[in-house]
Amino acid sequence: MNRFLIPLGIFVVVVVFLGIGLTLNPRELPSPLVGKPAPEFSLPQLHDQQKVLSTNDLKGQVWLLNFWASWCGGCKTEHPVLIQLAQSGVVPIYGMDYKDRREEALAWLKEWGNPYPIVAVDESGRAGINYGVYGVPETYVIDKAGVIRYKQIGPLREDILQTKILPLIRELQNQ
Amino acid sequence: MRWFYLVIILLLPGLAAAAYEAIPLAENPQVEARLKALAVELRCLVCQNQTLADSNAPLAEDLRREVREMIVKDMSDKEIIDFLVTRYGDFVLYRPPLKTSTTLLWVGPFLLLIGGSTALVFALRRRQKKLIEVSLSEAEHNRVAQMLSEGANRP
Repeated sequence: MNRFLIPLGIFVVVVVFLGIGLTLNPRELPSPLVGKPAPEFSLPQLHDQQKVLSTNDLKGQVWLLNFWASWCGGCKTEHPVLIQLAQSGVVPIYGMDYKDRREEALAWLKEWGNPYPIVAVDESGRAGINYGVYGVPETYVIDKAGVIRYKQIGPLREDILQTKILPLIRELQNQ
Repeated sequence: MRWFYLVIILLLPGLAAAAYEAIPLAENPQVEARLKALAVELRCLVCQNQTLADSNAPLAEDLRREVREMIVKDMSDKEIIDFLVTRYGDFVLYRPPLKTSTTLLWVGPFLLLIGGSTALVFALRRRQKKLIEVSLSEAEHNRVAQMLSEGANRP
């Protein structure tokens, strides 16, 4: 009996490990920036190139920073969630148009709706690198002191919003 | 005449390749050499099993540009790697540093090796104990010899 129990036990352990490995998403890497001050930027705005959006303007409030692009498929997926969140007025979502063409970004927002009070333009992708972005969409929750508290890699989903992001935002707003 | 065409056809791909040879990305070959040495140690975050040197993903291009600029600014390799690690984590390194969160990664293979060889030693010892010397009688010995010779003569 023992002869079969040991290999079976090893097999079960291997299966459990492989199972965990297969269900993890290799694209979701823990960000070393969570808990650190949000990298500063000062970038031209999408709708008015003369104006600038700077991290200094956003201090003192809880805000979301959403990296998106008109060429990004996942951005289309999460877009209704963003629109709904924007309409609820719970938290402002600032957009970062990542490595995109201005006209196409403007057309995209016109067609699908604009959840952002202000969109900044990261044409070179440098702000993206400073935030450790490696694929759009990515969304950051930033607190009143300008510290990154959460990073969402990939499209925002309603369930993530309800279970993780909204409770976190409420907690941060009450601080 | 046929030979002439054949030669032309064989030469064509060579000409095409020469026409599209990659242009050097920076004027300074020293910068490129350092960039290459660094880039093979760094992981592309988009195509995760490629190095920064191999990948053609837009992010990899941006990161190469960023690293190139840091090299031109005369930053040390350590400063450049720290720059990337603070943004992307240890995952960008193909050789992760030894620390508490990576202990299992570094020690795991050796643990498995030790575990496997211990199990092997125990298994071999147990098998040795099971082996019993059996002495054959004269008659049995003759029979074995007979059977072996029969087997050898079989076509």
